[in-house]
Amino acid sequence: MIEVQDVTFAYPGNSVPALAGINLCVEPGEFLAITGRNGSGKSTLARLLNGLLRPKAGRVLVDGLDTADEASLVDIRRRAGIVFQDPDNQLVAATVEDDVAFGPENLGLPPAVIRQRVAASLAMVEIEALKDRPPHLLSGGQKQRLALAGILAMEPQYLILDEATAMLDPVAREEILGRVLELRRARGLAVILITHLMEEAVLAERMLVLSAGRVVLAGPPPAVMLQGERLAAVGLKVPVTVALGHILRRAGLQLPAGPVTAEELAEALWKLVSQK
Amino acid sequence: MVIELGQYIPGKSYIHRLDPRAKLLGLLLYGAALLLAPTGAAASLSGAVILPVVILAGLPPAYIWRQLRPLVIFMAIIFFFQAALTPGQVVAAAGPLLLTREGLNYGIMALARVFFLVLAASLITATTDPLALADGLERLLRPGQRIGLPAGELALMLTLALRFVPTLLAEAERIMRAQVARGASFRGYQVKNLMPLVIPLFVSAFRRAENLAEAMEARAYQGGRGRTRMRELHFRAPDYLFFFLAVSLVAGVVYYRSQYGPR
Repeated sequence: MIEVQDVTFAYPGNSVPALAGINLCVEPGEFLAITGRNGSGKSTLARLLNGLLRPKAGRVLVDGLDTADEASLVDIRRRAGIVFQDPDNQLVAATVEDDVAFGPENLGLPPAVIRQRVAASLAMVEIEALKDRPPHLLSGGQKQRLALAGILAMEPQYLILDEATAMLDPVAREEILGRVLELRRARGLAVILITHLMEEAVLAERMLVLSAGRVVLAGPPPAVMLQGERLAAVGLKVPVTVALGHILRRAGLQLPAGPVTAEELAEALWKLVSQK
Repeated sequence: MVIELGQYIPGKSYIHRLDPRAKLLGLLLYGAALLLAPTGAAASLSGAVILPVVILAGLPPAYIWRQLRPLVIFMAIIFFFQAALTPGQVVAAAGPLLLTREGLNYGIMALARVFFLVLAASLITATTDPLALADGLERLLRPGQRIGLPAGELALMLTLALRFVPTLLAEAERIMRAQVARGASFRGYQVKNLMPLVIPLFVSAFRRAENLAEAMEARAYQGGRGRTRMRELHFRAPDYLFFFLAVSLVAGVVYYRSQYGPR
C-alpha cells in the first residue's frame, strides 16, 4: 500500500506550494487515475510516490517504507516503478536488451537472474525480436514499450505512468495502455495513471482530480463525471461519451448515470431499446 | 552524417571473439613496445607484428585505408620535421635543408609509432562492440575502485555517450531544419553561422540530461555501489595466448633496448 499522509511540497525557490494537504492511499492491485490540467501538480505527485521528490511536510510510505529515509530508497523504487513521458530521455543503454537490464543491474541481482528477467519483460511487451537493436532505431511506441519493459524487469508492485502515452499516436497509446491493464489483471500490479486525457482516466476504478496542488474531486469515474460543472471549473472536459449521455438524459431518455466509456454507453442504449 | 572513425564492423573472426580485456591490455602493451623501441628499424619491426592480426580480423582494406587517410598529411609533417631538423651525419642536401642519418632514424621511428598505434586503435574499435569495450574497460579498472577510481561510472558515461550520439545528431538535424525555415543560413565556415544550431542543441542536451538523471534514479541507480552486470566476460585460451604474445613483444623490445638502445 502506498500512503500519502498530509503531504505538502514546494519546488526550491518557489513560495507557492506545488502540492498542499494531499492525502491518498493506493491499495495493491488497484487502478487509480490522477488527472488535472498542466501545472496542477499531478507529475509532482507521481515523483513523490517513489521518492524522486521528498515531501516538505507530511509523509509518503510505500509498503511501510518512508521515502524520507535514504536507506530504503532502492527498495522503494523496486516496488514503485515509474514510466515517464519522453521515452528518449529514459533509455540509457545502446541496445534494447542492455537497457532492460539496467534496473535489475542496479538492484545487484546475479547475471543469470537478470538475463531471465530481461527475457521475460521483453516478452511481456512483445519486443523480443528487437532485443539487439539500438533504441534510436525504434518507433515511438516501441521505445515506450521498451521503457515499460525496463520497469517491469524490476518486478514492481506499483506501476506509475506519468503521461507515458502523451507522445504516442492514438493506436500506440491504446496498445500500451491495453498491455498495462492486461499485466495488471495477470500479476496483480497496481496501476497509477497520470493523464490529462479524460478518456483514459475514466477507465480507472477510482480517479483523483487535482487543481492548483489540491485534490478537488475524488471517487469512481461515473460519480466524478456527474460533476460536469466542477470539472469545467478546473479546466477539464468530460469525455464525449459522458457528455452524450448527459444530453440524452436531458432529452428524456431513461439512461442510467453510470456509463463513461463508448462500450458502456452503447450497452445502456441497447438495453433501453430492447426494453421497449 | 556518418561517423566513419572508430566504427564497429560486426564479424566472427578470431580477433572479434577475443575478450575485450585481452584486446585492451594488448593495445596497452603494444603501445608500450612501440614507445620503448629504441630505433626506427626496431619500432617498424615491433609495429609490424600487428599485420597478421589485421589479416586475421578480416576487415576490408578500404575500411583500414579510410581510418589512416586523415593522418597522411600529419605523418608527412612529423617525418619532415624529424628528418630535416635533427643534426648529425648528412646523407643528402636540398638547399638549406640537410637530411641526416639520425634524422632519418627519428623520422621513421615517429612515423612507425603514430602509424601502428592508430592502426591498432582502429583495429580494436572495428572488431569490438563498443558496449563490450566499455564493459572490458570497467572490469580492468575495477581494482582501482579501492583508491577511488570510479570504474563503473566511467563505463556508464561511455555507454550513455554511445546511446545519445545518434539521438543528438537527429536533434541537430531537426534544429537545423527549423532554423533554415526561419531564414538561418548554415553556409560558410564562420562560427557565428553555427550559433543558431549550437545554442538550442546545448539547451536541449541539458534538459535531456536532467530527465535522464531522474529516470535513472527512478530505476534504482545509485552510482556504482552494489551494481551487478548482465554481461559476463570470460578469459579463454586464445585470450591468454594473445596476452602472452603481447607481453613477449614488450619483453623482447625491452631486452633489445638494454642491449643496443641508448645508454
